[in-house]
This record gives sequence, structure tokens and C-alpha cells, in this order.
Amino acid sequence: MNDNQLVVCGGCNAKIGAGNLGPLLRDLPRRESPDLLVGFDGADDAAVIRLRDDLALIQTVDFFPPMVTDPYVFGQIGAANALSDVYAMGGKVLAALNIVAFPEEQDFGILRDILRGGAEKVQEAGGLLSGGHSIHDRTVKYGLAVTGTVHPNRILHNDACVAGDHLILTKPLGVSILTIGYSAGEISKEGFHQAVDSMCMLNSYAMDIIRDAGGVHSCTDVTGFGLCGHLHEMLHGACSARIDAAHLPYFEEAYWGAGHFIFTAGGQRNRDFLQDKVVFERNDFALEEIVFDPQTSGGLLVSCDARQVPLLLARLQADHIPAADIGVVTEKKEKEIYIV
Amino acid sequence: MFQVNALGKACPLPVIETRKALKEHDTVQTLVDNKIATENLQKMARQLGYSYSMTEDGPAHYTVVIAKGEQTAAVPAPAAPSRAVKDDSYIVVINSPTMGTGDETFGRTLLKNFIYTLKEQDVLPDMMIFYNGGVPLVTDTSDSLDDLKELAAAGVQIYACGACLNYYGLTEKVAVGEITNLYRIIEILRTANRVVRP
Repeated sequence: MNDNQLVVCGGCNAKIGAGNLGPLLRDLPRRESPDLLVGFDGADDAAVIRLRDDLALIQTVDFFPPMVTDPYVFGQIGAANALSDVYAMGGKVLAALNIVAFPEEQDFGILRDILRGGAEKVQEAGGLLSGGHSIHDRTVKYGLAVTGTVHPNRILHNDACVAGDHLILTKPLGVSILTIGYSAGEISKEGFHQAVDSMCMLNSYAMDIIRDAGGVHSCTDVTGFGLCGHLHEMLHGACSARIDAAHLPYFEEAYWGAGHFIFTAGGQRNRDFLQDKVVFERNDFALEEIVFDPQTSGGLLVSCDARQVPLLLARLQADHIPAADIGVVTEKKEKEIYIV
Repeated sequence: MFQVNALGKACPLPVIETRKALKEHDTVQTLVDNKIATENLQKMARQLGYSYSMTEDGPAHYTVVIAKGEQTAAVPAPAAPSRAVKDDSYIVVINSPTMGTGDETFGRTLLKNFIYTLKEQDVLPDMMIFYNGGVPLVTDTSDSLDDLKELAAAGVQIYACGACLNYYGLTEKVAVGEITNLYRIIEILRTANRVVRP
């Protein structure tokens, strides 16, 4: 590794497991307000605070250690990932602040490249980069605190799916297997770059179409908890889902890697947390790894009225968004997620 | 017993190093410093049909032993993606309203006959991809609509480029197959065994 590269340690793989987080948050003191439209309770993607009857503020923060060695690319991915939480709520990006941890002795040229990558993504999102906070730390971390806006009646909650809905996913799965496998020398450069391109892609383009579509009941972005983890939150203990493995978008080489023992820590943490909720009706071990794979800057997962799905899919695909209809929400069954 | 010391190493390295050691040795002992790594080693052992045992020696010290001995019969290695297999499979790309270059009316007739005759082949294509000038063929006014529906019924997956349909204002007129995007089309072209272009 040369001097102007980053040490890779995880991206969204670094996220603290959902199983450990819930009990901690329950005990925090808090003030109730009718204007706090989305807070801790729903484990949603961002907080939403009503300012007026026709305007609510979205607030979210996201940062993590590098998952790629190129600082400029890391900046882009970190920003795209943080901005995504605003889109997952159905909102638009207003402004963003940088969050930086950077070692005292490291070359500041690296930091400049990280910030440049991030700033370009904020610009692409139409947001105002308006400041930030940086500290010295042993390892590099980068992300954004993002402010967005949404009409209070048009918030897309992450737990509002309805039985009969179809589930649409807007990016392929498997980016952790590809990036971590690449760092370990087991995944090709081509596979790695496919993951990077996908992680750099803003979810704004998908949301611009989803926001205008009819029949969208629920939306979240697929990140550290993997497809099954975020789908579990969407089903909110009230529904089950049937995922059609044949329609699941994933990177071909990630599937290969999963079958050749590229096992990430985050993927196994997700499996531990979710395995008694998920039923695999086909014997396909690599696919199991794919649905538990933590995503960094993953796609949007949308629950949409079945009648609106063909038009929504056609519009997404016409805009070159690799969206797929991956399955249906059903009445609650014995288990939560059936992969068929 | 051969030992892999993976203390201080993050996933997936403990698994990768143990896997490599198992190519040379029948039994491998691996030291790791976290429980998740032991679970990943166990997943690998299970996939390979090898025996697995683990002892927790301390708060951040686990010893895993994986041995080939317990293997019953031949356990298949994890399957590679089936799409990588080379065989007599093929896909067909149609990107123009005509077959070949020359007289346009004749070219259109040739293409219609091509699709009709495709149905009679011993091996049908896995997929047919339509883009640019080819997309009108999958719409409701296509001369080849019935032939394409027969092919689809016989299991041929038919895909049309969404951006192309949009450009020609045909998105609402698609009468056979599925709409897809350039990303998927490139993936299909890239991984296809053989690509046939009339």
C-alpha cells in the first residue's frame, strides 16, 4: 500500500448490530412532542420534525471507516450513503455538514481528497455543504450530518408495508463481499469496481421517480443490516414476505465469493440476528450469504401497491436504475421472510 | 497439527487462511479473537463437509479445529454460478428492424423469417434481447408478435431495453417479454455463452 491510500476497515460492516442497539436506546431520557413525526421508536432511517403543516425537517447522520483505499472514492461513498437516509424518507436534501476523524500524523492531501469526493456528491444531490466538524483520531472516519425536507403527509416510513404489496429493490446486493473480498485479494478488480460504481450512485434518481409514483406505502434504504435486516424492519412484526430468489439482483462475483468462503463479520452478525426469522426454501448457501450481506450505500427497498408496480419499474429501468421486483408482502405467517 | 494464527485479523482473513491451509493439511487448528470469526469458520467447515470443534480459551481467544477426517462420501464444493458453465446455450440480440444490410423491405421480411425459423431450432436461445431499432418487434403492432409469444411460452426470456422503448415512445405498447435496463443488458451480454446477431 502506498502513502496516499487508506487502510480498509469495514464501511457499513462496522455498524453496531441491531440486537445490541435496541435495549440501549430504550433507556434514554427523552421529551415527547407531537411535532416529532419520526423518532427512535420506529428505528426509521432518519428523524422527521414538523415545522409547519406543509413542511417537515429530516435529520440524519452517518459516518464510517473506509471500505476502499482510494480517499476520493471513500468520500463519494460516505456522502452517498449519508444522503441516502433523506431519500429513504421520501425527502429532498437541503444541506449537509462534514464529519471527519483523521490521524494527526497522516498526509492532509488524503483528507482533501475525501472531502472533495464527499462535496461533489452533496453538490450532485443539490444540497448546500455548509460546514462540519473534524477531530484527530487513530483511524480515518468520514460521513455527513444531512438536513432534508419533506411534506409531512408524504413521509415514507420504513415500516408501513401492506399485505399484497410488491417489493422493489433498486441496487444489486453483495457490495461488502466484493469490497472486503477485494481487500483480501480474492475478488477481481472488475468485481470491485462494479461495487464501487453502485455505492457511488445517489439514491436521489430512484427517489425522484418513486416520490411521484402512486401506491408507494413504505421505503427504506438497504445498508448495514442487509436485505433481510431492513426487510425485517419494514415488516414491523405485522406482515411476512416472500422473496423470489430468481429475481433478486446481486453481483455475480459476490455470489461466487460467497460460495468460496468470503465471509464478512457484518454478514455473520446479520445472520445471527435474523436466522430464526428467515426460511430458505431452496438449497443455495451463497444466496443466503447475499441476503445477509451488509450494504454500504445500498439501494432503496420500496413496498408498493401491486397495480402500480409495472409502471414504477418501467420508469426506474428507463432511467437506467437496476431496479427489480423481488417479491411480495403477505399476511403474517409463522416466519417472517421466505426466500423461494 | 498445523496452526493458523489469525489473532488480530479481521474477517474474512481467518477463513481464507484456514481454507488455504486445509489444501495442504488434513487437520488445521485456527486461533481467532472473536466469536463471529468462529461462526464463519464453522460455516466453511459445514459447506465443505469437514468436522468442526471450538473451545473458548479466554475473553478474546478461541481455538477452532477443522478436520477432513469426518467427511462422509464426496461432499460437493459450493456450486459456482450456473451461468458460468460453457455449453450449447446462446442468446439472440436484435438491435435493428432488419436482418443484415441491403434492401430495407427485404431486410424486414428476412428478420421476420429469422424469428419464425428460430422456433424450429433444436436448441432454443436462453434469452432474446431487443434494443434500439429492435424494440418495435416486441410491441403490439409487431409482425413477429405471435412467434415471439410462442418462443416466450417455450421458456425463452425476452427482454427489451427500457430506455429505447421510452425514446421511441413505445413503453406502454410492449406486448411480450420484460422491460430491462442497460445495466442488465450489459451483464447478460458479458456473461452469455454465445451471442447470436441476425
